[in-house]
Amino acid sequence: MSALSDQLVSITTMVYLLAMIGHAVEYALGNSRAVTAPARELVGAAVGAGGVAVAERDTPVADPAGPAQRTTRRAELAGRIAVGLTALGAVLHLAGLVTRGIAAERMPWGNMYEFVLTVSFIGVAAWLVVLVKVPSLRRLGLFMTLVMVLLVATAELVLYTPIVPLVPALDSYWFVVHVSTIVFASGLFLLGAVPAVAYLMRAGYERGKRSFPYTLAKRLPAAASMERLTFVLHAFAFPIFTFAVLAGAVWAEAAWGRPWGWDPKETWSFISWVIYAGYLHARATPSVKRNLVAWLAILGFATMLMNLFGVNIFFTGLHSYADV
Amino acid sequence: MTAVDDRPAGTPAEAPRRRPNPLLALARNSWRQLTSMRTALVLLFLLAVAAIPGSVLPQRGVNPEDVRDFFTEHPDLAVWLDRVGAFEAFSSVWFSAIYLLLFTSLIGCITPRLVDHVRALRARPPAVPKRLGRLPQHTVAPAPDGGVAAVAEVLRRRRWRVVVRGDEVSAEKGYLKETGNLIFHTSMVLVLLGVALGSWYGWQGNRLLVAGADHVFCNTRQQYAEVKLGPRVGDDLPRFCLQLDEFDARFLPTGQPAFYNAKVTVDEDGDPPRTAEFSVNSPLRLDGANVYLLGHGYAPVIRYTDRFGRSQTSAVPFLSNGDLGLTSEGLAAFPDANVDPATGERKPDLQMAFDGLYLPTAPQEPPFTRSEHPTEENPLLGLVAYRGNLGLDGGIPGSVYQLDQRQVRNGRLTEIGAKELRPGESWTLDDGTTVEFLGSEPYIVLSVRYDPGTTLLLISSVGLVLGLMGSLFVRRRRVFVRLLSADAADPAAGSPTRGSSLIEVGGLPRTEHPGFAEEFAQLVAAMRGDRPADEVDGVPDAREGAK
Ligand code: HEM
Repeated sequence: MSALSDQLVSITTMVYLLAMIGHAVEYALGNSRAVTAPARELVGAAVGAGGVAVAERDTPVADPAGPAQRTTRRAELAGRIAVGLTALGAVLHLAGLVTRGIAAERMPWGNMYEFVLTVSFIGVAAWLVVLVKVPSLRRLGLFMTLVMVLLVATAELVLYTPIVPLVPALDSYWFVVHVSTIVFASGLFLLGAVPAVAYLMRAGYERGKRSFPYTLAKRLPAAASMERLTFVLHAFAFPIFTFAVLAGAVWAEAAWGRPWGWDPKETWSFISWVIYAGYLHARATPSVKRNLVAWLAILGFATMLMNLFGVNIFFTGLHSYADV
Repeated sequence: MTAVDDRPAGTPAEAPRRRPNPLLALARNSWRQLTSMRTALVLLFLLAVAAIPGSVLPQRGVNPEDVRDFFTEHPDLAVWLDRVGAFEAFSSVWFSAIYLLLFTSLIGCITPRLVDHVRALRARPPAVPKRLGRLPQHTVAPAPDGGVAAVAEVLRRRRWRVVVRGDEVSAEKGYLKETGNLIFHTSMVLVLLGVALGSWYGWQGNRLLVAGADHVFCNTRQQYAEVKLGPRVGDDLPRFCLQLDEFDARFLPTGQPAFYNAKVTVDEDGDPPRTAEFSVNSPLRLDGANVYLLGHGYAPVIRYTDRFGRSQTSAVPFLSNGDLGLTSEGLAAFPDANVDPATGERKPDLQMAFDGLYLPTAPQEPPFTRSEHPTEENPLLGLVAYRGNLGLDGGIPGSVYQLDQRQVRNGRLTEIGAKELRPGESWTLDDGTTVEFLGSEPYIVLSVRYDPGTTLLLISSVGLVLGLMGSLFVRRRRVFVRLLSADAADPAAGSPTRGSSLIEVGGLPRTEHPGFAEEFAQLVAAMRGDRPADEVDGVPDAREGAK
């Protein structure tokens, strides 16, 4: 069962990689379309002025748009295939987690390898939900799948650990509650950080910047919609994260006799929590620039990563059971 | 007072009317600054940054040994860091200053909002604006049969707060957002209060407890190896005694622990003794204290028979050196050995001590330095015997885990041999005295704590989460309806099918609400009367009554 899980995870990485390629193809073809786009917009505007604006999309416009439309259709196809592959990857990913859990006879989040795998699965699943609700965000998929490939590959190549059971301190009802909510919130924060980065690039592009990172944002969804997505994901994740941290405190009280002891893991959760609270505040304050708000979201995720990787590697504390 | 000197430049126009006391103005301005959202943001950010040193540097409260190591490794830096409180970062002046400012800001922020909100909760939704067409959502629809009353009914049934003024209906929903937000922020103040309560009135102590009736522990300060009392705790700790009857640990073949359980006899003041069990995740909850099981180990039982034939037994806990196999080290000291029972004369150079290494599961072959498994499958005790002056006269009390190496170095304590013993074996030393290894008793590591703040912490945690959910998931919005008489209605807006009158409806989301257009459309549909079938069934009388 354990070997099956390992194989499933390997295949998952491949499938995400293919999905990423699909998105990249969509992106590339989309870019070639951009050459003719201005002409098309002009035509559209002219038609609009004539009073039949609604028909714009279906009108087979004159010559230059012909091949462009074919590329558009191909780009569309590549994008759809990429999403299909992402979904397939998610199913395999889940299967990999379930088999791991069966092999270990417990929930599959006892060490960093399993933790990263689960968090990234939540990220993918939440991404698919977002896609169903707002299909127009699909072009963000290139970034999403890139992050997934990086995460799952890191888990596989760097963090892999053979199955071991839990130490007694982890064998608790609260452990399941605490860790499952932490994993869930982390997955959402992970997903939320992607549109935050994309927003910064796209917002720069929309302000007319044409230098390197901004040009990547040419075909991304509108900055405002990505900013809203960032907020929705964070607003959803924050209460879950709050609950998770508090559940951890309840568990720590039962296991170690104190709800909060400022051990490095606890300290970094506190830091993340405060930063995300700052993000929500900043977004609710009109005088704070939206770019700064997005940076706070990214900073928040950086502190989550620090907690996951940095603390396990650099510090020792009561939480250091989570071996690398 | 430079800030005061600066002021006249900015406010000459106001000065003639009311001459504000400059100090008061400064205070008011600072207060306004402190309670602004921007300040809250900056303070939040500072708090996050200030928490970092506490995770990077060793902390006395978490790892006192690491702090000591840090001092030996970087003596100069450590002294300097210690001066700014870096090893107790979370109780340092700078950390406290930030969170106290933040909480002052918080209280200054929630108090006026609380007042406003109470007022808003008691107020009625505002009058319908003159021009509904200016609202983000706006439509004109045929009026339902019941007119304004029916519209109000639809809104009420959907739990809107409704007020009817003549031909107009105003409705508002989502007060829970602000309620939740206030609960959330207030809960944060309560969390701080809970923490303060715990640190003032709480206490904690740590110790080891060896199994058996000889090692009963009663709850007094002196019985703890380490004890920390809050400033408001008196000398009287709650009275109870514990005796470890049985300790059960199970391990995996790798040596990883899988399960711990301790059976104890509890003797609480006034109650008859009773037995109880506790384990790692379920502490023993007593009246006035909780007892937590943090670890365990073995206390080898060693009997020494001296030159006068007197035997003494020691069951000193040996401390694990940290490996999975529970290899542990300890010292069995017999300072009262070889005292002549006839004369009572104590010979300071005939004290005995045995430095021991205990392997619960010794390997089959030497070297016997590492235990292979934490269970006692092949126990082996390696002893090094010392005779001489133990150097205990300085007044250091009995429980020593380490030999005073200075005494060895200056020749007052001599090593007289080493031997490995299995349970039941004995070793006769050069002077004819004997030492026997009788077996071992388990011991457990206990933390005993009392924290009166936990209940408040638990309640405020629930408040935090519920308040946050209300604050983030509820949306505040308003809907206004005006009944238009048929001739006032714009004929181009649509053809009224039922009756001759129309309603004009406007909607205003007061907070970001992407789904509002949809909700608005459903609401208007419901007002017109084309509700989903299951709803129509439920409300026939409402229509009848309106007719
Ligand atoms: C102790 C530190 C604080 C934390 C952790 C904190 C956390 C939060 C969080 C997570 C929210 C999001 C809920 C929401 O968006 O409705 C929020 C909202 C809010 N906070 Fe705080 N807060 C703190 C201090 C303050 C202070 C000092 C103020 C006053 C200056 C304040 C004023 C507000 C306001 C007005 C909102 C509502 C924003 C809105 O949604 O329009 N908070 N706070």
